[in-house]
Amino acid sequence: MIGILGNYLQGIGRALFFLFTIIAAIPSALVRPRLMAQQIYSVGVLSLVIIVLSGSFVGMVLALQFYRTLQVFGAGESLGVAIALSVVREFGPVVTALLFAGRAGSALAAEIGLMKATDQLSGMEMMAVDPIKRVVAPRFLAGLISMPLLAFIFTVMAIGVAGGHAIGVSLLGVDAGSYWAGIREVLHGDDIRDAFIKSITFGAACSWIAVYQGYHAAPTSAGVARATTDTVVISSLAILALDFILTAFMF
Amino acid sequence: MTTSPTDVAASTLVSVRGLRFSHGPRVIYDGVDLDIPRGRITAIMGPSGTGKTTLLRLIGGQWKPSAGTVTFDGINVHSQSRSQLFEMRMRMGMLFQNGALLTDLTVFDNVAFPLREHTKLPESMIRDLVLMKLNAVGLRGARDLYPEELSGGMSRRVALARAISLDPQLVMYDEPFTGQDPISMGVLMRLVRTLNDALGLTSIIVSHDVVEVLSICDQAYVISGGKVLGHGAAHEVRASQSEWVQQFLKGEPDGPVPFHYKAVPYAQDLLGAAK
Ligand SMILES: Nc1ncnc2c1ncn2[C@@H]1O[C@H](COP(=O)(O)OP(=O)(O)OP(=O)(O)O)[C@@H](O)[C@H]1O
Ligand SMILES: [Mg+2]
Repeated sequence: MIGILGNYLQGIGRALFFLFTIIAAIPSALVRPRLMAQQIYSVGVLSLVIIVLSGSFVGMVLALQFYRTLQVFGAGESLGVAIALSVVREFGPVVTALLFAGRAGSALAAEIGLMKATDQLSGMEMMAVDPIKRVVAPRFLAGLISMPLLAFIFTVMAIGVAGGHAIGVSLLGVDAGSYWAGIREVLHGDDIRDAFIKSITFGAACSWIAVYQGYHAAPTSAGVARATTDTVVISSLAILALDFILTAFMF
Repeated sequence: MTTSPTDVAASTLVSVRGLRFSHGPRVIYDGVDLDIPRGRITAIMGPSGTGKTTLLRLIGGQWKPSAGTVTFDGINVHSQSRSQLFEMRMRMGMLFQNGALLTDLTVFDNVAFPLREHTKLPESMIRDLVLMKLNAVGLRGARDLYPEELSGGMSRRVALARAISLDPQLVMYDEPFTGQDPISMGVLMRLVRTLNDALGLTSIIVSHDVVEVLSICDQAYVISGGKVLGHGAAHEVRASQSEWVQQFLKGEPDGPVPFHYKAVPYAQDLLGAAK
């Protein structure tokens, strides 16, 4: 029992130390805009399709579900507000982060793990190039930057014409004017700030877990497979747990 | 290729003293002394799995020995800070056994990688340097291919071009000749020799191709079981009295060198399985 706990604490210590090393390497990643652009492309832009589609579907489902409940109380016109609040504060950051962990996090872990398994990271070290600066930090930073942007896109899709609006206004017959007016009235800057805090926290957690798992993977195919799975599992749990903590504070 | 006595006495670039290293419980080195003289080609030979690659990683400062010292140009490699170590590594080139090419870059970009990371040379000059190195290994025409489109032997030649792209002081070749056809093998051997002499490099070659390596090296070490078993100029190693060295050089199946990794007797293993 003590042994397990010891291992666990040691793991956390190592992961924290790794995080500090990455943060120390961030300035040298920032001065390489081309490298950053490439990473933002592969981490963020390539996740766009899944985010756009999921955002629309989540918005459509929410419209159907909320409309039924609101109708009971004769408040069908508040559909826009209900969707907007739940998407901005909850679904946007959380679902985006879960999708991000599955799409980009796993890819990051696998890529770095394979680079390690094929000696590319040691090769860099022998060429006096620090893999933390050249490989890990740019990917971590790209994840951190991409997450809030993706969450924003998700949110817009879920509320907008392809998601909630499509079902609520075009199908269920809610008045388009009151759909938007309600949102404008109730949604505040605070909500958007909280959403931003959530998604940047998730972005940091997901990217950290992914690069840590990849960098510390056993240099074999089984090791890389394990790092990929662990990335998705641990990230998902971390996102949901962090979401609870953050929500409790922001409520 | 001849070694005059004064050359042998020339200063050492890398010196290894009392080196001990283990992978977990497995002892790889148990007190080894080596000297790599400046401007010479030193061959390291030994059976598969004795720790030749490990030795190169220890010299490069990637792994730390449990005891003993490795000095490069008079400086203890393992007491350096990370940035000092990186500075030192810019004066070392290493050819990894499996190439270790960066898979998301083309052949050209791989060879250009150290130049772009460490120099501020204009792109036109980088291009000239890279093409020169690629031409030397006969792969100028392959510059736009990606590593997955290369054969094993070609990858190793690209890795060689990359290892020398910063014109290092010391080049460590881990099995550079594996997977080369007789022609490219001959070209590579001459290349290693020419680079060493023309640029005044110091080279360490790890290889199993005993005959070929002995024909180009100035001195050789034969290591096994964590010890140095033979050492000297090529002709001295060839003429070694050690039964062990003789078996290794001639590739005979019977002798003091076991072909098998440490194990219980075969018959016992089979009987054990039948139980
Ligand atoms: N990362 C590692 N963890 C544990 N043991 C290792 C590791 N790397 C190598 N070894 C062990 O160390 C020994 C020496 O390995 P090394 O790669 O240095 O051998 P080598 O002499 O280069 O062999 P070859 O000629 O086949 O390349 C091997 O027996 C191997 O089992
Ligand atoms: Mg080896």
